[in-house]
Amino acid sequence: MAIISSGDFSRRMNRRKWQGRAFHALCLLAISVALGMLAVLLVYIGVKGASGVDWDFLTSFASRHPDQAGIKAALLGTIYVISITSVVAFTLGVGTAIYLEEYTARNNRLARLAKLNIANLAGVPSIVYGLLGLAIFVRGMHMGQSVLAGGFTLALLVLPIIIVAAGEALRAVPASTREGAFALGATRWQVIWNLVLPQAFPGILTGVILAVSRAIGETAPLIVIGALTFVPFTPDSPFSRFSALPIQIFNWTARPQAGFQEAAAAGIIVLLVALLVLNAGAVFLRNKFQNRDGG
Amino acid sequence: MARDELTGSRAAPPQGNLFRRRSWQQLLPERIIKITLILCTSISILTTVGIVSVLLFEAVQFFGDVSIFKFLTGTKWTPLFTSQQFGVLALVAGTMLTAVGAMVVALPLGLLSAIYLSEYAPDPVRRTLKPVLEVLAGIPTVVYGYFALLFITPLLRGLSEDIAVFNALSASIVMGIMILPMVSSLSEDAMRSVPRSLREAAYALGSTKLEVSTRVVVPAALSGIMAAFILAASRAVGETMIVAIAAGQNPTFTLNPLVPIETMTAYIVQVSQGDTPNGTLEFRTIFAVALLLFAITLLMNLLSQYVVRRFQEEYE
Repeated sequence: MAIISSGDFSRRMNRRKWQGRAFHALCLLAISVALGMLAVLLVYIGVKGASGVDWDFLTSFASRHPDQAGIKAALLGTIYVISITSVVAFTLGVGTAIYLEEYTARNNRLARLAKLNIANLAGVPSIVYGLLGLAIFVRGMHMGQSVLAGGFTLALLVLPIIIVAAGEALRAVPASTREGAFALGATRWQVIWNLVLPQAFPGILTGVILAVSRAIGETAPLIVIGALTFVPFTPDSPFSRFSALPIQIFNWTARPQAGFQEAAAAGIIVLLVALLVLNAGAVFLRNKFQNRDGG
Repeated sequence: MARDELTGSRAAPPQGNLFRRRSWQQLLPERIIKITLILCTSISILTTVGIVSVLLFEAVQFFGDVSIFKFLTGTKWTPLFTSQQFGVLALVAGTMLTAVGAMVVALPLGLLSAIYLSEYAPDPVRRTLKPVLEVLAGIPTVVYGYFALLFITPLLRGLSEDIAVFNALSASIVMGIMILPMVSSLSEDAMRSVPRSLREAAYALGSTKLEVSTRVVVPAALSGIMAAFILAASRAVGETMIVAIAAGQNPTFTLNPLVPIETMTAYIVQVSQGDTPNGTLEFRTIFAVALLLFAITLLMNLLSQYVVRRFQEEYE
């Protein structure tokens, strides 16, 4: 091994220290670029759209004239579709998680297959779910290009998110809780319903909220199943045709007139505010949950 | 992640009963509930079966009319014109161009951000920045599309007049920002699970923070980082709205990011929006394209899971 003089050493040490500082600065720069882009995006949309958000915008139908255009139909469409999605995805997702976590043994082949399957479903591009919904719900079950078909399609899309989150929440309930109840003679469902679910509920709800906030912004699957871009009516039944907020934004973005682009920005603000409210709810629940755990 | 899910602890089931067996009236509701839960679980398996069979069913009919060889090797994609050509490589090239572009943005930025969060940032800073960074992942993609078309594209066109209104570059940059939190979050998780003792040993030998980060922590977390990259790339391949809005509807077999192109996903959107009748050859193209898209992303996801399992470094 070469022996270096102390002069050499301090020169090299100096260089290594400078490299270290440069690298630190580079890392800081990288994360600043990422956060800066977020800031630019939000400010840009705020500036473009803020003046467009008012009561008329929320309560008017889409229009050929940008300054009269509103999001009434799209907003209601989104609310209806997401209501169906939440109910369906919550029921199926929590049911699946309970079965996989509480009923199957750790080495159960079927459960492992189901979990591998869920992990892969989470990676399927959302537009593929649109084609599934088109073939199964719209055509196969004759729901037509309806609110119901849209809600079901998005429910399948977010199902993996809820299953994984609910599974984690159920696993966080200590085994001693279950063992104590089993020792007292409770049946499996009594244990789950009276002890496990109440403890896991905040965690499950957080997962559901995150899944819903994913579903609200989904555009591609709804385009594929045939959501409309111009809807001069409010959907009045689960079988009525519909538009949705992201679809309306997409449609306005694609138009050349500056007026529609501003309307799109205003629509985006409404969408982002809805997401903000949902996520704040999720954070609130998580904090409440953690505090109770700690105390 | 998959491994983590498989190792949940659970209570042992009650074995028999010391005094009497439960009557069937007591057990019936339990049975019904269990069967209901099994039905719920089967939905997620049926979803996979449904996706595969729907895509295969339509694609098989499509390949009855169009040679699968020509489909996979042709470079001209004009199914909606009178002179129909079904060379999917034009769409694949567009998809790869935007996805690779997005990775060029997301990979260095995401990895450096992850190193910063895991190795440099003080704890309070990390706890504040991480969720803020993840906000990027929660923004709907249609919003990114708007941003790409109306903010980034004019900016780029201000720099060079050769850039078309619809181009892969703008979509790539914005898509890179979108998948960045995925890269940084998953990479950071992997880096933080590298044991402290490894870092301390390197520091004790006189390493600087840079040397510890790049020669100890990153190599030790490499399986997780690779898995994060592959997952993010798969997201980029399947991403739809950004490319549908900002990259154009012009299938081109090119590597030039400055001209309009079309990705597989954007083509599906284009046909879905149009008035192509159901059941025609033109309409079936979207199922054939989707089948290819599904296969590509599935392979990438499986590869990512395999990388984690196969190359994970085990400590202690």
